[in-house]
Amino acid sequence: MNPALAIHWPMVAVLVRRAMNEILRVPGAAIPGVLAPTIFFLGLTAVFGELTELGGFGTDDYQSFIIGVSLLQGSGFTGAATGVNLARDIEAGWFDRLLASPAPRPVILAGMVISAALRALIPAAVLLTVGFAIGVSWPGPFGLALAIVGVMGLATAAACWGCALALRFRTQSAAPLMQAGMFVLVLCTTSYAPREHLQGWLHTVATINPVTQVLEMVRQGFLGTVTWHETWPGLLTIAALVAVLAAFALRGMRRMAD
Amino acid sequence: MAGLVANARVVASLGARSVRQTFRRPQLAAPIVVFPSLLLAVQTGGAGGAVNLPQFPEVNGFLDFMLAGAMIQSCLLAGNSGGIALAVDLEMGFTDRLFVAPVSRYAIVLGRLAGTAALGAISAIYYVVVGLIFGVTYEEGVGGVALMVLWVTLAAVAFGSIAAAIALRTGRASVVQGMFPMIFVILFLSTAFFPAELMQEPAATVAQYNPLSFVVAGVRDPVVSVVTGAGALKAFASIAGFAALGLGLSALAMRRRLRLG
Repeated sequence: MNPALAIHWPMVAVLVRRAMNEILRVPGAAIPGVLAPTIFFLGLTAVFGELTELGGFGTDDYQSFIIGVSLLQGSGFTGAATGVNLARDIEAGWFDRLLASPAPRPVILAGMVISAALRALIPAAVLLTVGFAIGVSWPGPFGLALAIVGVMGLATAAACWGCALALRFRTQSAAPLMQAGMFVLVLCTTSYAPREHLQGWLHTVATINPVTQVLEMVRQGFLGTVTWHETWPGLLTIAALVAVLAAFALRGMRRMAD
Repeated sequence: MAGLVANARVVASLGARSVRQTFRRPQLAAPIVVFPSLLLAVQTGGAGGAVNLPQFPEVNGFLDFMLAGAMIQSCLLAGNSGGIALAVDLEMGFTDRLFVAPVSRYAIVLGRLAGTAALGAISAIYYVVVGLIFGVTYEEGVGGVALMVLWVTLAAVAFGSIAAAIALRTGRASVVQGMFPMIFVILFLSTAFFPAELMQEPAATVAQYNPLSFVVAGVRDPVVSVVTGAGALKAFASIAGFAALGLGLSALAMRRRLRLG
């Protein structure tokens, strides 16, 4: 562990616990992050289920193909909600007091994004329960672990994105931008069909969209075997997204404190 | 007669205010245009290969098929946005001030619905233009396009009346906003995105009897096939049914609100 993080770990833990308390204090706030991906998962399965007849999906069960998208949608929404919460704290003046405290800025950011990664497990648990109930293939322990890594990793990146926007606009009115950004990133991938079936602009965008790598890493266990070839690009993408977006968020904190 | 003219002026003024309000607040306008456009683009690009499935109806392209779904999605969201705006007016006390003004109380709700109708028409025209730009063929020509705009406008009023009823009953914007996921449940259980014969059970059976599917078919027919009397009648009856339900519930909610104060 980074020595600086080790020293400040109790502070990170307190910030994580504060964020997690919101689940108990405002349970309704967790509902959109759970409900929307679940409705989309069930709806898309029912509507587009026959697409697998086109071949190339790696499975006959569309629900096994689409579950990865819904897991990432849930983690994207939950992560972006961290930005909304931060905007609320900024509006209420609480964040100013936090910035004036002796806590280093990376520690404050770590507290927020770690809580987002943990909260993303709630929609993931609901989706997996619903998914297995309607016939999603068991991904195996390693495939499941990779799916959880993808969910927590994307939630961390989404939280950094949300925080960067919250620090830029300093108002909850920026919430749609935080959520829409993640929504677009997750959907403009191989979300509905494998790359060979994508048409026109979506084929190009899905090829260059880094979240496609994360989706394919998360999806592989549900479609069959897990390979390092499908795994490392996803892990690398998560690391890069978190590094870049965290840098933006930290820059926003610096500007706000100046 | 003078009363009718006065009420018509109230409806027109409140309708114009409703449209201006939607364009001034991006959070009300964005769901009507951005969200359905995004889904239309992604679903057309992602699931476009579906036209190669053997049971898929004969169409020029998947976008031709999907356009009606995007229009109906947009007018459902326009109705919901209208309901949210009405609830905000109730929360802020603006509607209470209108209630004490010497105008018909129903004109106040109709004014909001007039605005929703205008938004429905605008969104329908927007999607027609989008379709033209991206190569959709309108089989029934200009007359068919006019019919599509008419159906979408009437449907926006019908869905808006249901949202207005919820707003009047609860008086809370958050409750009306909470209906957002339900809109997608209703859409997924209709033929908005895919033909019923290719959907999975039990959604396929629900979609066959869902009145929204008849509205979607009414809007879709001028694009992909021909308009038939039976299809038009089913679309009209479904819209009328939604409107009767919404207006009836709105009247009840209004009476309750005025009784309780």
